[in-house]
Amino acid sequence: MNSNGVADWRDQIYDVLRENDVHHVAHVPDGGHAKLIKHCEADKNMKTVTLTTEEEGVGMLVGSWLGGERGVLLIQSSGVGNCMNMLSAVKHGKFPLLMIVSMRGTWGEGMPWQVPMGQATREVLEAMGVIVYEADTAAAVRETVEAAAWLAFGSSVAVAVLLTQHLIGTKKFTTA
Amino acid sequence: MSTTATRISLERRGVVKALVADRGNDLLAVSGIGSPCWDLAAAGDHPMNFYLNGAMGGAASIGLGLALAQPGKRVMVITGDGELLMNLGILATIGVAAPKNLSVVVLDNQVYLETGAQPTHTAHGVDLTAVAKACTIASAETIYEQGQLDAALPRIRRADGPIFVVIKILPDKAKLVLPPLEATYTKHRIREALTGRP
Repeated sequence: MNSNGVADWRDQIYDVLRENDVHHVAHVPDGGHAKLIKHCEADKNMKTVTLTTEEEGVGMLVGSWLGGERGVLLIQSSGVGNCMNMLSAVKHGKFPLLMIVSMRGTWGEGMPWQVPMGQATREVLEAMGVIVYEADTAAAVRETVEAAAWLAFGSSVAVAVLLTQHLIGTKKFTTA
Repeated sequence: MSTTATRISLERRGVVKALVADRGNDLLAVSGIGSPCWDLAAAGDHPMNFYLNGAMGGAASIGLGLALAQPGKRVMVITGDGELLMNLGILATIGVAAPKNLSVVVLDNQVYLETGAQPTHTAHGVDLTAVAKACTIASAETIYEQGQLDAALPRIRRADGPIFVVIKILPDKAKLVLPPLEATYTKHRIREALTGRP
């Protein structure tokens, strides 16, 4: 809770994951997901796996679903590019996939290396059949992640929620 | 070629048949793209097989997810050296996640058989077992002949894992035996076998 008695949006994502029986959390660490990852690691009903590259998480969650369980992939926009060929298994096999992507390379980005993949994130996801939602304000996070989870697991499709830099806060690069 | 080339005598079909023999309903098998899929099908199609005949580099990742979701079953990944080489990082992830019920078996013929038998890095001395050990998978070994395979089978099927085994096999093509190619079908089949619902 913040000083206004409103839950932090990161806590709300965790709540949505719990409420939707998400038991497997695959992630490549990222500042935008840091608090959420800590929540998941502390939850004895969740198995949290750190990946070396994001495509492992796509494969891992295909395996979780084969085993009868639900998972989530927490990654940064640069890692979306690492998932592409593995998404062919998701699309061909009509596997549900819930991805929560913290964005870089968009709103006010000061690190030019982040821009190409950040700008292409939505387009490449959609090219592989992933349905893309965007949460741009704290007030929108809970309902957006909830709708994504319902859509993914209810209708057996791949859904990515992009958490925008407007929401997360743009990382500043100052040497002064 | 590696110095061990002259010792290789195992053929792939016999190896895979032995790996899944008398499996009952406690073994889940995930095969990597190409020949391992044909081998697993040739050993006998089974509701608890998942043939990953695409998404190269993903077989061990799928095995990890399946093992974590089904801790009461043994999960065996059967894949090729080329397939695993596409994502060696998964060995570090498996080593750290350390699922006790996961075995990763690499059928190492030292070539990309489906594309014209071009040598893989294992033909030039890259040691996948040493990589697995360095990734904290303590139970890792390379098998060259039948006696070693016979001795290792109970461990591959039942011992606390993660288990990693490289089996050096001849680079010969076996008769094509196609498994079901639709993953929507094999997905529903395996989930139904495990949970009673698709």
